[in-house]
Formats: sequence, structure tokens, C-alpha cells
Amino acid sequence: MTIDWNHFTPGMSLLGGVLIGIASALFILANGRIAGISGILGGLLSRRPGDMAWRMAFLLGLVAAPAAIFALTGPLTATIEANTEVLVIAGLLVGIGTRYGAGCTSGHGVCGLSRLSPRSLVATLAFMGAGMAIVFVMRHLLA
Amino acid sequence: MKKHIDTLSALIVGLIFGIGLIFAGMTDPSKVIGFLDIAGNWDPSLAFVMGGAILVGFIAFRLASKRTTNFIGGAMHLPTKNDIDRRLIIGSLLFGAGWGMAGFCPGPAITSLGTGNPKAVIFVIAMVAGMALYELADRFLHQPRSVSAP
Repeated sequence: MTIDWNHFTPGMSLLGGVLIGIASALFILANGRIAGISGILGGLLSRRPGDMAWRMAFLLGLVAAPAAIFALTGPLTATIEANTEVLVIAGLLVGIGTRYGAGCTSGHGVCGLSRLSPRSLVATLAFMGAGMAIVFVMRHLLA
Repeated sequence: MKKHIDTLSALIVGLIFGIGLIFAGMTDPSKVIGFLDIAGNWDPSLAFVMGGAILVGFIAFRLASKRTTNFIGGAMHLPTKNDIDRRLIIGSLLFGAGWGMAGFCPGPAITSLGTGNPKAVIFVIAMVAGMALYELADRFLHQPRSVSAP
């Protein structure tokens, strides 16, 4: 293993993390809810009446974030190497997996670990492990 | 009125969350994959994202656990489940596999819709389709069966 010092951004990543933490803090204290993105999105599909507005509002806030950043610092940089086939398979896996496992990086990884939930710790270790394993296979065995 | 404040608060929280994801580097799939690639040229940045978020979250959830109502006056919806079962582990493994393949998890993928990147759009459509498939399967499996399989 070598450290990729050229791409290492501890300061910005810590700042971003603190903002994510502040958002999660506000959401549990003000709205009384867990800021788990897969749950917020997935809950829209079960179409419970009276439960749609806050979900839509939260997702709209996420989608508006790049515009806010654009106004402050300019366009975002993102490199997406995956082709269409890989994106579709990956998207399906993320959709099914996060609903079946009841959470993703935000719900289990941030909120769950902040609550010291053993259940979320197991989920986080499982998805991080699987992610590292797939990247190893795709980058070092297949490539 | 309470409902409108609840909705407005969710919008603001979503915006802060999205800005956090962008600053953190989570909306750049190559950076996420750089973190997951521990055998290659490893970029440990995302550990700092988790660290920063959990630092603030830990304090907030300690405060939240003592409250019976939220600031707006509604109910606290804290998770009650604590079983570590097959669903949790298999679901999380499937999620992790998809995360590693594309470098997108749900929050950053939805945030990236706002950049208009067609690849993010394809990923989100597939992700919502996956969630809908889960929803359908769940409804089907939880319906009482009147006819048993042959």
C-alpha cells in the first residue's frame, strides 16, 4: 500500500465531514429524524400519505447543493470511470442493498456509528469490506 | 404551520448535507474508489469525512437520546431495531459491491444530479429501480399465501 499524497485532502474532507455531521445533528434535533439518504429516498416509494413533503424537500436540498457551490467556487470536478453497464448494475445493487440492509453510508455509517449502534457498525464493516473487495477485483485482478 | 417548518428545515438540512458531501470529495467517484483501493495508491481522505461527521454526530445523538420531542415539537423517530441479522449483512454487502463498482453511494449520487452529469442520472435511475424492485418483492413476500407451491 502507498499513500496517494497528490489526492489526499484531509482539511477539506474534515470540513465536509463536519458539515455532514452538522446536517445530521440538525435533522435529529430539529426534525427528529435520521439523515439516512437511502431511507429518505426509499420511503418515497412506499407512498405513505403525509410523509412525502419532508422527504422531497431534503432531496431537493441535496440536488441544489452543486448550484450553491457553483456560485461560490465554480464547477465541481468529478471523474466517473464506470461505463453505462457498470453504472446500471452498480445502481441496482446499491438500490436493493441499501433497502434490504436498511441503510447506507449516511444512515449506518454516520448516524448509526454516532449512536454507537452495534448493528450499524456491522453494516458499515460489511459495505466497506465489500467495496474494498470489489475495487481490488476490478483494479488489480481484472484490469 | 408545524408541517411547513418541518419541510423547510428538511430542505435546509439537505442543502447543508449536500454541500458537505461536495467539500468532502464524496461526489467525485474516482476519489471514493481511491479510498476503497487499499492495495493501490490509497487516498485516506474519506476516513476524515467519517471522523468529522461522527465527531459532531456523537454529541448530537447523545442530546437527542434525552429528548422526547424535537425542536419543532414533533415526535423523535430514533431507530429501535438492534438485531444483527442476515438481511442487514447481505444487504450491506450488496450495497458495498455496487458502491465499489461505481464509486457512488445514495447521497452523493442524488447530489450529483444537480450537476447534470448524465452518468449520475443513469446511476440514480438504476438505484431507484433497485429500490422499487425491493419494495415490490417485500410486498409480495409479506402477503399471506393462500396457495402453497407444488
